[in-house]
Amino acid sequence: METLYFLIEVLIKNVVVIAVLMFFAAYLTLIERKVLARIQIRYGPNRAGPFGILQPIADGIKSFFKEEIIPENADKPLYVIAPMIVITAAISMAAVIPFGDKLVLFGREIKLVIADVDVGLLYLFAMASLGEYGVVLGGWSSGNKYGVLGSLRAAAQMISYEVSLGLAIIGVLILSGSMNLREIVNAQKEMWFIVYQPFAFILYMICAFAELNRAPFDMPEAESELACGFNIEYSSMKFALFFFAEYTHMLAVAALATTLFLGGWHGPYLPGTLWFLIKVFLIVFVFIWVRATYPRLRYDQIMKLGWKVLFPLTILNLIVTAFFVTVR
Amino acid sequence: MKEYLGILIIILLSSLVAILIVGISYFLGERKPKKVKLLPYECGMTTIGPSRRRISVKYYIFAMLFLIFDIEVLFMYPWAVITKDLKLFGFVEMFIFIVILLIGYFYVWRKGALEWE
Repeated sequence: METLYFLIEVLIKNVVVIAVLMFFAAYLTLIERKVLARIQIRYGPNRAGPFGILQPIADGIKSFFKEEIIPENADKPLYVIAPMIVITAAISMAAVIPFGDKLVLFGREIKLVIADVDVGLLYLFAMASLGEYGVVLGGWSSGNKYGVLGSLRAAAQMISYEVSLGLAIIGVLILSGSMNLREIVNAQKEMWFIVYQPFAFILYMICAFAELNRAPFDMPEAESELACGFNIEYSSMKFALFFFAEYTHMLAVAALATTLFLGGWHGPYLPGTLWFLIKVFLIVFVFIWVRATYPRLRYDQIMKLGWKVLFPLTILNLIVTAFFVTVR
Repeated sequence: MKEYLGILIIILLSSLVAILIVGISYFLGERKPKKVKLLPYECGMTTIGPSRRRISVKYYIFAMLFLIFDIEVLFMYPWAVITKDLKLFGFVEMFIFIVILLIGYFYVWRKGALEWE
């Protein structure tokens, strides 16, 4: 009986998390357009519903009814599977992120995380890397020069920054002594890790921009060089899926930053889940803000920054952190 | 062990969502294929040469570097979790490991593998 209840609990948590995540990812497109517009002193979308609030729904319905073009020299199975891989990996990242403490419902104590596993962080990185397969396959299988170039650039850039991203968070692991994201959050009850690891947080954020292929590192879709990048040949809902996955990925990376550095659900007065969402959207706002502010870097500058600047800095941060923890 | 059930279910459910979305748009969208429409899109220009041409070896070098360094990063994770218990011994051991890693890193740098031209 206990197993059955557990199964039902996990199923309900899954459905709720996926639904909320997809809702936020859809509305993030509107938020991004609105914020960008306001920064550039424009109105942004304001025709569909009051303040353009129905715009994501209109966009979604439109994409569903659009013609689906599969180019003739595309590798058809891979071409269809690629966007599915990207979205599956992006949504699955949410499984280990704790979005609240505990909830007591019907006499059961429910942990507000889908899977409270000890290798949470490793799983998260594995899923983030899986998404890259979708990007590379998508670009290569469409049979387009720009697509191939865009996907290769995306892959090279993502893997280059993944090394530094992995190194930047080791400081947090040393302080918390666990890879379980719930325990990492609970270790921050007294003080957030951003206080002890401000340097690691900045490095993490820089790597996150590259990992998400967002400005100022949006090389894979540099419009002036590559037309559109790896998703150039995609149309209708398959194109929308790539887009959608990008925003889901963005939410997941922001949620990870919240969990590792900003104390997750901890905060005074308000309920935990609300605090968590506030912090996530604060980081998402920074992502959008940076896009509106900084110009795009050149590709060789990106690779140079990743390997020659960020990598040594993260190693230095790691050694200093380990030194102070052991000496103390 | 049963905690991993959540991961299995979210992977199944999200693949289902992906298949549903692609499947629905497959049936809803109209289809009028034309010869020109199915050509690779290059902003209106006629495609010259094969689409899948040889690509720069640079990407391959960076993939290899990534493999080496990422494995070393992953090797540090279990150490990082128990640094507090290992005290000075663990720090010295890992310091030696990082020095060896950095020797390799500077060798790669000197060889010019990190340049992008």
